[in-house]
Amino acid sequence: MANAFDRVKIARKVTRPTARDYIEHIFEDFIEFHGDRGYADDKAVIGGIADLDGTPVTVVGIQKGKTMEENLEVNFGSPHPEGYRKALRLFRQAEKFGRPIICLINTSGAYCGVGAEERGQGEAIAKNLFELSHIKVPTISVIIGEGGSGGALALAVTDRVWMLENSVYSVLSPEGFSSILWKDPKRYKEAADVMKLTAQDLYELRIIEKIIKEARGGAQNDFGFTANLLKNSLEKEIKTLSEKDIDTLLEERYNRFRRFGEFTE
Amino acid sequence: MSLIDNLKDRLKVSDVEGLKKKAKAIKDIVSNKPGKNEAEEKKEEVPAGFIKCPDCGNIIEKKDLGKLRICPKCARLFRLNAKDRIKTIADEGSFEEFDVNMEAKDPLNFPGYPEKVKQTQTKSGSKDAVRTGVCTIGGYRTVLAVMDSTFMMGSMGSVVGEKITRAFEYACDKSLPIVVFTCSGGARMQEGIVSLMQMAKVSSAVARHSDKGLLYVTVLTDPTTGGVTASYAMLGDIILSEPKALIGFAGRRVIEGTIKQKLPDDFQTAEFSLSHGFCDAIVEREKLRGVLKRILKLHGYKKEAE
Ligand SMILES: [Zn+2]
Repeated sequence: MANAFDRVKIARKVTRPTARDYIEHIFEDFIEFHGDRGYADDKAVIGGIADLDGTPVTVVGIQKGKTMEENLEVNFGSPHPEGYRKALRLFRQAEKFGRPIICLINTSGAYCGVGAEERGQGEAIAKNLFELSHIKVPTISVIIGEGGSGGALALAVTDRVWMLENSVYSVLSPEGFSSILWKDPKRYKEAADVMKLTAQDLYELRIIEKIIKEARGGAQNDFGFTANLLKNSLEKEIKTLSEKDIDTLLEERYNRFRRFGEFTE
Repeated sequence: MSLIDNLKDRLKVSDVEGLKKKAKAIKDIVSNKPGKNEAEEKKEEVPAGFIKCPDCGNIIEKKDLGKLRICPKCARLFRLNAKDRIKTIADEGSFEEFDVNMEAKDPLNFPGYPEKVKQTQTKSGSKDAVRTGVCTIGGYRTVLAVMDSTFMMGSMGSVVGEKITRAFEYACDKSLPIVVFTCSGGARMQEGIVSLMQMAKVSSAVARHSDKGLLYVTVLTDPTTGGVTASYAMLGDIILSEPKALIGFAGRRVIEGTIKQKLPDDFQTAEFSLSHGFCDAIVEREKLRGVLKRILKLHGYKKEAE
């Protein structure tokens, strides 16, 4: 059994299959769309329309690179505000045409930089949370690598949230967590243990509904195995969600997030 | 911990152990973290009942700050805790607080978190980092939520998320407008992923309230950052800000670390936010109540007795 930080290492591996890898394997007829119609086309976010087992869907992913060149192009998978706004444009388009939405998430977090602040990183993420919470089509998000804080959540206020077995999802990186809370960046392994960021921990906390299995050592060791499992699960779940009437779907989505929190009174 | 508290703390344990240890303890304190203690010693120079304004440097008698806590020399805004803020906004005696006894639990069993909450509660007299309730503002009935930066930097954990969500749900039920004063260092790290989920929970409640055609006014106050900025702070139909408030998503030091250069002083201020299009107006503290009242009136809400 791997400890929590071993999972973090697998989730961050440069050889880990990316959003584009899964899109190519799972969907047919993927047509990529670009731009937020306001500022730019953020290559850290990819998206478009595709066919999932006969159903037209909108798919949006956060893309990491496997080489330095690719990573410079996709900004290491850290979107700028225009990336989140591009996602939002595609979400609204999906709603207009009644297409289910599938998000594939892999980011260490939303980009922290001058341009990102100038163009309202906070507003861009906030708007996605707000819109996804009441968008009138079925939605599923899958964390396929790193699920870094608000930058991941911006694509994950969905009817179902799943994780690949070796992906992680947290409010902050273990390194950041140990620096902030213990003033000691070297305690990141201990931080990873207490943070409950593994798929198994988050399943037990009911933050996610499903874990998709990976080959020993990570999905890169048998991509087809994980990609097929994910494809089958998505096909089945999109059908199940599409059968619900929209009010039920929205009510269940609201309650899904409504129950999070522990307090006494 | 102030120098005096630090001294008291250290000397307490040496009561039975003699003067020699006391002397050593004092020596330790003096040599320990000189930078921090220096700053604290300077603070001690200001006589009781006075405060040194960090902007203009004048020594101000605390009562001269008034209930709005504004420096009479340079108009600097001192931070207001939630209780004092409510007194400046709600009609006198009109505020009925919700969920007064709600307290944090410890979802991750994080070492030291319950103790930290208890300590902060004792020190601040608040249960957590937000107060919510219903009140009238200039006679207009409205739900009011005020965050408190004096409680663990206004960080958002389960209590903040739940209280603000309930405030939106109450407003939604009663068809009332809501005004939220934000100030926060971001997510409550000690609650891990559960604190992240509060962003989704509150934003969902904001959407429901909005879908009913009801008004949500955000007032950004110093500092509004991180997960609060990236959720309900930026979701108001109308977003106001206090002058010079720090408003941003990422921490300044994080960005400076990423780009390896210093950022200009006005970066992530309310004025920066206004000029980049992320807030509607900057309103001086003394005018806020009046502006809120006019906004409520212009949205057709009915006036009750003032
Ligand atoms: Zn002053």
